Amino acid sequence: MADAAENQTVPTEDESRRDFLLHATVATGAVGVAMSMWPLINSMNPAADTLALSSVEASLAGLEEGQAITISWRGKPVFVRYRTAAEIEGARSERWQDMPDPQSDEERVQNEKYLIVIGVCTHLGCIPLGQKTTETRGDYGGYFCPCHGSHYDLSARIRRGPAPTNLEVPEYTFLSETNIRIG
Amino acid sequence: MSTEKGWGMRAFDWFEERLPIVSFIDNSVGSKYPAPKNLNYFWNFGALAGLVLVIMIVTGILLAMSYTPHVDHAFQSVERIMRDVNSGWLLRYMHANGASFFFIVVYIHIFRGLYYGSYKSPREVLWWLGIIIMLLMMATAFMGYVLPWGQMSFWGATVITNLFSAVPLIGDKIVTLLWGGFSVDNATLNRFFALHYLLPFVLVGVVVLHIWALHIPGSNNPVGIDAAPQDKIPFHPYYTVKDMFGVGVFLLAYFTVVFWFPNIMGHTDNYIPANPLSTPAHIVPEWYFLPFYAILRSIDDKLTGVILMFGSILILFVLPWLDTSRVRSASFRPIYKVLFWVFLIDCVVLTWCGAQVAEGLPLILSRVGTFWYFFHFLVLLPVIGWIETPKPLPISISTPVVAKPAE
Repeated sequence: MADAAENQTVPTEDESRRDFLLHATVATGAVGVAMSMWPLINSMNPAADTLALSSVEASLAGLEEGQAITISWRGKPVFVRYRTAAEIEGARSERWQDMPDPQSDEERVQNEKYLIVIGVCTHLGCIPLGQKTTETRGDYGGYFCPCHGSHYDLSARIRRGPAPTNLEVPEYTFLSETNIRIG
Repeated sequence: MSTEKGWGMRAFDWFEERLPIVSFIDNSVGSKYPAPKNLNYFWNFGALAGLVLVIMIVTGILLAMSYTPHVDHAFQSVERIMRDVNSGWLLRYMHANGASFFFIVVYIHIFRGLYYGSYKSPREVLWWLGIIIMLLMMATAFMGYVLPWGQMSFWGATVITNLFSAVPLIGDKIVTLLWGGFSVDNATLNRFFALHYLLPFVLVGVVVLHIWALHIPGSNNPVGIDAAPQDKIPFHPYYTVKDMFGVGVFLLAYFTVVFWFPNIMGHTDNYIPANPLSTPAHIVPEWYFLPFYAILRSIDDKLTGVILMFGSILILFVLPWLDTSRVRSASFRPIYKVLFWVFLIDCVVLTWCGAQVAEGLPLILSRVGTFWYFFHFLVLLPVIGWIETPKPLPISISTPVVAKPAE
């Protein structure tokens, strides 16, 4: 363009008009290209059938006190633990205000017997140990992430290690005494 | 304007000294590429082909993210793209129709070259690279058409791979190798997907060579004589602007089909999942293969038909020597000009024949058409070059323009 501009002998009035047309054309083209990019990028977002799988229902009827089950939801494990009276007592007796991510046990459960959390470590996404009886449950008796050593307590709150926050509580509702819907 | 360079220009110079990519692009398709000043709109189609290639690669990569190359899932994964993936219908229709528009654009580009003699010295290698691009496009398009795993995909793949069974002695072994089994099956689908993803990038490489080879002699032009330096103008901005206008017109046509007639160039049978136990009553390839398909079916002998079909493309490699005339542009060749249009009509007739059932009139026409196709290249072009008296060529490409008012 520079070459063409230098050789111009047309009046300045005409040149500014030409500049305006050039800039308007380039701007329109740039906006058009940017807008046409959106459907292309958006195609990588979750598809309709993936979104349709966003809730699962499960029965806790077979679960005995002290046992735990893992439910798969959106490709992630959801930990459900039927806590014993002693475990509930333990989770509630400690002073939560001083914990790394302060939250009371009452805030984290709907029914105090059932602890329901997403079993994905908030550090970098590994699955903490502690659901099976043979697995280590860490220094605070809840969950222990073997990847980078995060310790969670019986309310799945982070107590020690690199994880920044407590294990996330998913959105869930009790459809009946022992039936839940997650998501 | 101060003579002191701003930090932006200094940073640019620093980078250019180390990797002169901007000047490389500027020399290729920018202000440092002098192009003849008389190029008409038929010279838009090379740039358009490049645009379609980019569209195909972008939409293709995104489609591959949602596609499953397995006989049990391929058809359903395509339907999922159409129904569930965000804008998946747009990606697929852009890709499927993009293939058709790629061939429309490239065929116009090729006939432009035939009319204006762009294949003649010193542009033979440029022409060869173009034929290689077309062959790669055909292979890629064919394998891409197999991926949705509908009835036409499956039986198209079966018929086309079976062409190789015509090879004497080892034909069956070649076909088994292509299939990776004893019929078109999962192994075939997998390798076709792998190659369909690979070949476009090979295509990009050959396109770079094509543009490189173009820059050695420079662009041909409608008058067909070598353009003198004073008859050339910078590609940018003069032809980038002209190409952008062509892009606008092209996109209007392309998206009219994508949005309102997305299946007009497809076959309804391909919305039936592949069934290896039943062939549809009337199978035809995609429209851009029809003339070659007509040539294949015009001969009653399997091997001869296959040889003629491949030969109809391979003969283009020797076209620069079959055409014995040294005048490039058909504008100055009264006999060749007529033959060009007859040849174009011949190709249209063969296209029509390829879509019909091979009997009766279509069969007779495809035989006449096939004869004329080879007669044109093998007999007419060499002979016409000798007996034709070309019109006097202008001294420069400016002469016809300057001379016009005097008429």
